[in-house]
Amino acid sequence: MSIASTITAACPECDAPVAFDRAPLNGQIARCPDCSAELEVTSTNPVTLELAPEVEEDWGE
Amino acid sequence: MRIAMTYTRLRAEERLLLDAFEALGVEVNPIDLREVVFDPAEPGEWATYDAVIDRSVSLTNALTATRILESMGVRCINPAAAIELCSDKLSTTLALIRAGVPTPGVRVATGGEAALRAVETVGYPAVLKPTIGSWGRLVARVNDRDAAEAIIEHRETLGSIQQGVFYVQEHIDKPGRDIRVFVVGGEAIAAIVRTSAHWVTNTARGATAAGLPISPELREICVRSVAAVGADIAAVDILECPRRGLLVNELNHSMEFRNSITTSAVDIPAIVARHAVRIAESARVSQAVPA
Repeated sequence: MSIASTITAACPECDAPVAFDRAPLNGQIARCPDCSAELEVTSTNPVTLELAPEVEEDWGE
Repeated sequence: MRIAMTYTRLRAEERLLLDAFEALGVEVNPIDLREVVFDPAEPGEWATYDAVIDRSVSLTNALTATRILESMGVRCINPAAAIELCSDKLSTTLALIRAGVPTPGVRVATGGEAALRAVETVGYPAVLKPTIGSWGRLVARVNDRDAAEAIIEHRETLGSIQQGVFYVQEHIDKPGRDIRVFVVGGEAIAAIVRTSAHWVTNTARGATAAGLPISPELREICVRSVAAVGADIAAVDILECPRRGLLVNELNHSMEFRNSITTSAVDIPAIVARHAVRIAESARVSQAVPA
């Protein structure tokens, strides 16, 4: 059994590594395991993260 | 077959759906709407999709995209008209009333003094809701006239134009819980109950959820309400009124379900994906028929 390689990117808030078990997609939401900041993938090659935007008035389900 | 999934944030739901499509062997192209420039007169690559499933967390993005795509002849899931009816609480209420589906009593006013009269007509406690919004945001239970005057003044002074529509709902003395039913392709596929000590029973606001068997009565009211708004896929929020029985409170056109899969023991994304594929297949057949 092969061990899946893990993709990591630095948390923009606390610089801790944020790991993805497979290639993330643009706009994907992640949470920093260290500081709990909600993050958004803003590019995929290389993976970069920014703080996710606050909830806006027209957001919802 | 080609299906696209439009989104503005790729949350757990969107990843679960992409996985579900992959498990069916169906190629789905995820498209971040924030990066798209539409030419409404030139469908271009959009015309190659048999269906587009929209999963935008932003209502504005969802409506903009589905309106343009439908005008290009692309089958959208959900249709733009259904998104409009679900997303605006007043539109939902009107659709439910037209279809004869039981729903809490509502008064609507567009001026401050009239809004106060609306609250007094409904009686205390009353519930003031913005017509657009989710996750229980800015929903207020008004227990007396002082609170009503304060909230109405705040909405008029601080709110957007949209906040000037006062949607006043009768407070339903529900048994500390509400019910959410997932309806896909005209079938009620799963249900959960959300329980909270707080009167707002959104899980986004800390309510806890458990699975619920779907009674024939629950199934019937949910399927009818989703048909009333013309949605392919929707989550129906139900209140249990001690006096009137089951009432449809709200409909959600882009439902969240990540926490409801285990709770309901139903593979919601798999069922949604299968239904989307059925819609895409029939859209492809109808497009293939010469005019």
